[in-house]
Amino acid sequence: MARSNKPIVWGPFATGGTLTAFVTPALVVVTLLAALGAVPDLLAYERLHALAAHGLAKVAIAGVVFLSLWSAAHRLRITCYDLGIRADTLVATIVYAAALAGTGASVFYLLRI
Amino acid sequence: MRQVELEVLRYNPETDREPHFQRYAVDCQEEWVVLDALNHVKETLDPTLSYRWSCHMAVCGSCGMMVNGEPKLACKAFLRDYPGVIRVEPLRHFPVERDLVTVIDDFVAKLARVKPYLIPKDKAPEAAEFRQTPAQLKRYKQFTLCINCMLCYAACPEYGLIPKYLGPAAIALAHRWNRDSRDGGRDARQEELAATEGAWECSFVGACSEVCPEHVDPAGAIQQVKIESTVDWYQAHLMPWTKK
Repeated sequence: MARSNKPIVWGPFATGGTLTAFVTPALVVVTLLAALGAVPDLLAYERLHALAAHGLAKVAIAGVVFLSLWSAAHRLRITCYDLGIRADTLVATIVYAAALAGTGASVFYLLRI
Repeated sequence: MRQVELEVLRYNPETDREPHFQRYAVDCQEEWVVLDALNHVKETLDPTLSYRWSCHMAVCGSCGMMVNGEPKLACKAFLRDYPGVIRVEPLRHFPVERDLVTVIDDFVAKLARVKPYLIPKDKAPEAAEFRQTPAQLKRYKQFTLCINCMLCYAACPEYGLIPKYLGPAAIALAHRWNRDSRDGGRDARQEELAATEGAWECSFVGACSEVCPEHVDPAGAIQQVKIESTVDWYQAHLMPWTKK
């Protein structure tokens, strides 16, 4: 039997899932803190803007955005199948395209910094 | 002594066009399991009732059936844990042969396909046995506890949707040998495991690990197979020179 090419889509999904499991809770806490007015100097807009201006930081941010979106897209695809929506190719095209569009947008805005 | 009511799925291929439920009132003792009640029915009320069983101690894996809609070993399901009428049906996702007896050919064929036996890496030592450290044993020991009861196949929604899917127990048992330090057969097993109908049909529902009476973690094994197959894929396509 031929070996599946599923690793192409599963690799980023698994990486993204592991990544978001660690990064998302931290982001939620930081966002809540900021919303409550507790913005430490390190998280000030100018500082973060300067960080994102660095080339390596841009690559890292784009990578986190891509992996998180891809992970969510793949999970959504599987959930759709389990819920009885069997048009897998159509669903896969839509959700992966959305993840790539989100990644494209983040790259676009990162490059303008 | 108290009384429980069993509602058992009956099907006789020679006389019945469709399966139907039959009720039995059973005088039972506090420590009885569903299998005791079935044995009591067969011995005293209805000798035509058919079901598989052998050891009565969760070792042989023969008496898997649906108890109130959940895959259970009949010898491990205590009557006292079920209030009201207890519904007993054959294992889900398998064709019914007669009453609670299912046709298990599909699982047996899949199990054979993954080569669940030692394919030695090196020649066996002369007049001695292979040696293993406790750490090497620990890598696979959990997966040796599988008793082939097929509760995981009855619990797996993907197997219900896609009958070609290799399924939890077969993958976990293949993985057991892949993780064995004496074994060198992973490449041969990958032909089945890394196929679309292999580990990739799994969507990590995790029901297989929840129902396993021996606390094997087939869902964990399948995810590990996915990771290893992904590494294989990237090696084969991006770094072909690393291939042996």
